Amino acid sequence: QMTTKHQYQWHIIICLLFLVCELNHSVTSVFPESSLLIMLGFILGGIVWGADKAQTFKLIPTNFFYYLLPQIILDASYCMPNKLFFSNLGAILIHAIIGTCWNAGTVGIALWACYEGGAMGNLNIGPLQFLLFGALISAVDPVAVIAVFEEVHVNEVLYILVFGESLLNDGVTVVLYNVFDAFVSLGGPKINAAEIIKGIVSFFVVAFGGSFLGVVFAILISMLTRITKNVQVIEAGFIIVLGYLSYLTAEMLSLSAILSITFCGVCCQKYINANMDEKSVTTLRYTLKVMANGSETMIFVFLGVSAIDKNIWVWNTGFILLTIFFVVIFRFIGVFFLNWILNQSRLIPIDITDQFVMAYGGLRGAVAYGLAALLDEKKIPEKNLMLGTTLIVVYFTVILQGITMKPLVQWLKVKKATHSDLTLNGKMNNRAFEHILTAMEDICGRMGDNWWTRHWNYFEDKYVCWLLLKSDARKHKDPIFGAFHKLNLEDATKYVTEGERKGSLDFIRNYDSASVDFKKKLALEYGDITPYITGIDNVPVTSVMKNPIPSVSLDIHEQDRKSLPDKLSAHHLLDQHLYKSRRDNRPTYSRSHYNTSENPDEMQEIFQRTMRSRLESFKSAKMGVNPAKKLSKHPKKDSTHKPNGKPADPHRTHPYGDEDFEFSADSASSSEIAGHFHRRSTNTPGAGVDNPAFIPEMDTSPPMRNPPWQTETGNNTAVAPSQRAQGRLPWTSTNLRHLALLRMSTRSTDSFVMADASLDEEAPEEKPGTHHTRL
Amino acid sequence: MGSTSSTLLKIPNVEVLMQETGFSPAHMIRLHDRFKALDKEGRGHLCPQDFGAIKELAMNPIGDRIIGAFFCPGKETVDFHTFVKILAHFRPVDKNRPKEPNSPEPINSRSNKLRFAFQLYDQDKDGKISRDELLKVLQAMLGMQVTEEQLESIADRTIQEADLDRDDAISFEEFRKVSPEILHSRCFIKV
Repeated sequence: QMTTKHQYQWHIIICLLFLVCELNHSVTSVFPESSLLIMLGFILGGIVWGADKAQTFKLIPTNFFYYLLPQIILDASYCMPNKLFFSNLGAILIHAIIGTCWNAGTVGIALWACYEGGAMGNLNIGPLQFLLFGALISAVDPVAVIAVFEEVHVNEVLYILVFGESLLNDGVTVVLYNVFDAFVSLGGPKINAAEIIKGIVSFFVVAFGGSFLGVVFAILISMLTRITKNVQVIEAGFIIVLGYLSYLTAEMLSLSAILSITFCGVCCQKYINANMDEKSVTTLRYTLKVMANGSETMIFVFLGVSAIDKNIWVWNTGFILLTIFFVVIFRFIGVFFLNWILNQSRLIPIDITDQFVMAYGGLRGAVAYGLAALLDEKKIPEKNLMLGTTLIVVYFTVILQGITMKPLVQWLKVKKATHSDLTLNGKMNNRAFEHILTAMEDICGRMGDNWWTRHWNYFEDKYVCWLLLKSDARKHKDPIFGAFHKLNLEDATKYVTEGERKGSLDFIRNYDSASVDFKKKLALEYGDITPYITGIDNVPVTSVMKNPIPSVSLDIHEQDRKSLPDKLSAHHLLDQHLYKSRRDNRPTYSRSHYNTSENPDEMQEIFQRTMRSRLESFKSAKMGVNPAKKLSKHPKKDSTHKPNGKPADPHRTHPYGDEDFEFSADSASSSEIAGHFHRRSTNTPGAGVDNPAFIPEMDTSPPMRNPPWQTETGNNTAVAPSQRAQGRLPWTSTNLRHLALLRMSTRSTDSFVMADASLDEEAPEEKPGTHHTRL
Repeated sequence: MGSTSSTLLKIPNVEVLMQETGFSPAHMIRLHDRFKALDKEGRGHLCPQDFGAIKELAMNPIGDRIIGAFFCPGKETVDFHTFVKILAHFRPVDKNRPKEPNSPEPINSRSNKLRFAFQLYDQDKDGKISRDELLKVLQAMLGMQVTEEQLESIADRTIQEADLDRDDAISFEEFRKVSPEILHSRCFIKV
């Protein structure tokens, strides 16, 4: 038992380790953090041993399995890119189940064969024990995979295959381990077909039972977040506790605990992110990351420390070397063979290099060690040998393979594709093609999905969301709307701040019942109304009402106009500023860097620019300024006012149409927009973009005065006022009422025509089931 | 399947289309369903608003240009035939299709894809990408922080790279030469 003094020491050491590793990026770019930690563990263990002449600490399986592992898995599954995961689920399962069985079987049998051949000298060991050993050493370890792949940025499919496999193979590993353990207890002769069948059945029970349990807990958690509105402060805590509970429950029922907590995290993430407040989501994310990081650090340090245990220094050259050899060889064979089979039916085949990395990335880690430590010495006399060998295999994979992974990946890539020296044209065209493909996919709708996905989406939209999402969240499912909602909130605050800075809010008070408390008003009323504006696959009207250009600080930013970009700089500009396409969206899985992807902001910007250009072309078509181009986006003549409107579409989402809320952690998920609204692009006048004066006529709101600061400075020459500020008050009651009318009007689906429609037109309420507050 | 063939027959000229584009019957049915879903007013053809109603396209920097590519010059509507033909550009490549010597190039060949992209840049359809057109495309694809000078400089450099006959514009041949070996096998969508 550790004394307080020891605990204190350990805590300090671990803090220092954290700091050292985080600070030393140059080191971590070569040595993955995990290997550094293990080596530090060696050193520490050595120190402790030198001081106490005894092994005081080692990684106790209970501690590992109950206190250190669950949070890592929970964190990983909560941040799992769901769409990627489920679309590759078939491949992952094949690797996890068949691959692990293959590994276990072949390693066990090969070792036994070698033993029988005399390569290992005399050991008190039987074939079943070899199989047991094979089972526990065959498990690819999620902790190690995360740790090593964090530094190496492989492509997302490859990552998800390896990582998914490492998570899902727990079901198999647990079963194999338990089955062979039971066989060892029974002894050889007593094993007959019945036992084997029991083993197979137990696999199904353990694996599916564990997964099912995880899903049940996910449902529980989601439903819980529906009602935790008043206890937002501890919402995150609920999730963590319940997640852990799923782990324990599975453990208690002898089901696969890792599978349970994995599916819990995977299934609930979407719903809890929608239900919870952004702050809670952020809290949860960071808490999980901290806990997971901490656990991971401790695991690796303990793995290092555990080496300093005299008991396990049972050296048997044959056993150890052959184990390592077979583990690696059979992993490669297994991976290549399975991938070959998979490639027959995959749309995007897995490259050879990717396969190589997959095979090389089959790292063993603490799970194997934990299982080995759980072996019963009485049944398995050679436990210490096995334990020692397991540790050596772990070190081999984590340290050696971990360190060489990055150079290997780089080396392979360089051989494969001439990625360097992309011309400017090349970069531009590549990106253009990505955009084209994304657009084509959008035009086709989600047709690429197979039967399962389509029907799941339909099912989910009808039933699951009803059950698991808060009613507010259901409305806000549209990620674009969600983003705009927050954008407007920001605007409003800015506006108010500006007004206060100018000294008075007089100009606001002149309007009917305009309240200074924009935020609240907006949140309530805007939130109520605007979802319906985006109701039918339409361009949100709000984008018309709203000033499309993101707000600008009222100070001019003098861009460095002096430096004429040279060739390098042109490349640099392209690299930096080309809009990313959705296909470019790499899921983030770094343990240390929480990637706040900039995509939502980009998305805003693109959206606004598109809307603005559509507006312009429509306007010019309408006002006859320019001859109607071939591509007049919304030619007025086509959008006639239909007196009776269209019948409201009862299925707002038809199976093909809407992909509002993909079952994934896409960039456009509203939860990720939380906390991203720092970046505002400064819009210098003439920044390569036409800076249209936002024409007041298009404003359908009541006549607005220009805000004081604009009249002060005269025309928009010296200062580039916020376009938004140029316009008018964001939302007064009159505005909101107007919006409401717009929503109601189902005459023309052309939002621009609607925007132009006079305020006086009453429109019959046609959409059933909408509750709109008349202002 | 019986229902497949009967649904298939409802699509006009489906045999010809399948032949030209290489889509399978199942694809054609799905595409037709999608076409009908987009054509909210049931007119049998699509107009720009129908495309505009697809939210995600508004988040695509060149989304509006791509919409425009569906409409032949002068026409204001897209019929199913055109719709499918354009989408066929991005059908997955058949690795196993035997190369018949006299058959026309499949729509989803690399060259045709490049031509499609070229037409996106070349808005006035004169067969060349002028500096202005390039500038417009760059504007669309680059964030708003980029100043006009920077844009112009990039455009100049880009033309310089590609322009072999020194006419200050990029013709299709030049475009083809300078385009990277786009991962032809990966440049497709799942239909």
